[in-house]
Amino acid sequence: MKRFEYSRADTPKQAATSASPKDAAFIAGGTNLLDLMKYEIETPIKLVDVTRLELEQIEPTADGGLRIGTLVTNSDLAAHPDIVANYPVLSRAILAGATGQLRNKATTGGNFLQRTRCYYFYQTDSPCNKREPGTGCPAINGENRTLAILGTSEACIAQHPSDMAVAMRLLDAKIETVKTDGSTRTIPIKDFYCLPKDTPHIENVLESGELITHVVLPAPIKGIHTYDKVRDRASYAFALVSCAAVIDVDDSGKLTTIRLAFGGIGTEPWRNEKVEALLTDTDGNSDVIRQAADLLLKEAKGNGQNDFKIPLTRRLLKQVIQRALAGEGA
Amino acid sequence: MSTLTLTINKQDYQLDNLDTRTTLLDVCRQRLQITGPKKGCDHGQCGACTILINGRRVNSCLTLAVMHEGDEITTIEGIGMPESLSELQQAFKDHDAFQCGYCTPGQICSATALIEEVKQNWPSYVTTDLQNPNGLLVQEIAERMSGNICRCSAYPNIIKAISQVLENQVNDQSPSSETRSTQGSEVTGIWSPPPSEAQLSSSSQNTAHTKVAGGRS
Repeated sequence: MKRFEYSRADTPKQAATSASPKDAAFIAGGTNLLDLMKYEIETPIKLVDVTRLELEQIEPTADGGLRIGTLVTNSDLAAHPDIVANYPVLSRAILAGATGQLRNKATTGGNFLQRTRCYYFYQTDSPCNKREPGTGCPAINGENRTLAILGTSEACIAQHPSDMAVAMRLLDAKIETVKTDGSTRTIPIKDFYCLPKDTPHIENVLESGELITHVVLPAPIKGIHTYDKVRDRASYAFALVSCAAVIDVDDSGKLTTIRLAFGGIGTEPWRNEKVEALLTDTDGNSDVIRQAADLLLKEAKGNGQNDFKIPLTRRLLKQVIQRALAGEGA
Repeated sequence: MSTLTLTINKQDYQLDNLDTRTTLLDVCRQRLQITGPKKGCDHGQCGACTILINGRRVNSCLTLAVMHEGDEITTIEGIGMPESLSELQQAFKDHDAFQCGYCTPGQICSATALIEEVKQNWPSYVTTDLQNPNGLLVQEIAERMSGNICRCSAYPNIIKAISQVLENQVNDQSPSSETRSTQGSEVTGIWSPPPSEAQLSSSSQNTAHTKVAGGRS
């Protein structure tokens, strides 16, 4: 690990100001950052500890949603009575990720900023456009079994690793931040992540020193909340394909609400609202599901080892919808 | 370099000129000779370094010592020593829940916190009804212990040991409520993965999905 200067911030604004140098980093849970610092993939010269900031509350908002402090741990968020009762898709997504130990440390804000688990990103003696822009991407013709099929570019096919962020994308969460000049802004999650294009090292719209302070959830969505995760082990493995869903079916068997977001297949948490529109107010028959899968995967591109993710996603989509239509969980 | 005081197993330790890069695990093992926490992978994957911070289990290899001034840190040494074993330590002995023993301090620290999580009604990925998790089920214990690897594969006996203590402590805690039990999902000695969706739905419980009845009540 490279040497760094350590400081502890007392207020969000002070944290943002302290972290204004380009090579500074915030640390909260640190479960991903320290791992990357040990490999010297991340080499901040300054580490600003934000764990003592008062950002650990979960409070109701005026319009029936919830405002979550960025330091709320993944464990606390998943077990919170309001999340369990009204946003179970978020509880299930969080609980699908990592381990009890990691979820106790990992924070809400930090989870959004997890880096990819592409093998080449982690292997410092290998080229990687995300780690060292312009060096190339060996994954495209190499070991890419776990990597993305949607949102990819000629420069990068790294998958976004988060489960939590997939549910947040489905729920239309908003991310509140403070910048180094003390100003604040709110970023809808659909605008938060950047596709890799030819700049895969830029993963989100945060500016240098900009700190996530809260995440706001809109009012709950009625329906069956599920999170399915297909992976190589029964526990503690990243998704090959995952699907967060909220589906509501009326008495005549019509899909009145259907929201879907996917993990493991995209370079960012993947949601296509056109797919949801195609399915909404249908009876979810096999033809409609096939059309929905065609639309979802229209731009999908496998690179050999990860070709299987295309049929796997189709099957998972079908299972999620048919299970909801069968009324399971009701 | 940094100077700080850490509280480990109820004792204060002053650390002078500590390299800020030092993890809590390395402080314990290298500076303080508290060698219960073990270094396995050093990347949060194996759980051998599991300790408790303010009662919660964490990977001590993945946190900086300098961030933990004022926290109550507990290692296996603070959970019980040979002359004063905790209930869980005794259960690990009784059930032969280890072979080489290298992962055992982490397993026991992890399970100690797991019992508290079950008492607090925390759900897990395999929980069918998120609002009423039954942490005593074998598949629940397996899922909740997935952050601790045992390369001797003593898993069946680790689960037996934890089950025994959970049944004692969780049922003791709520004598008025219906006694819950791991019965019907007993460990048979051969490890098997958690039940499939179909197996779960064929049991008396409903399936692993939750319906939001609409709006906030």
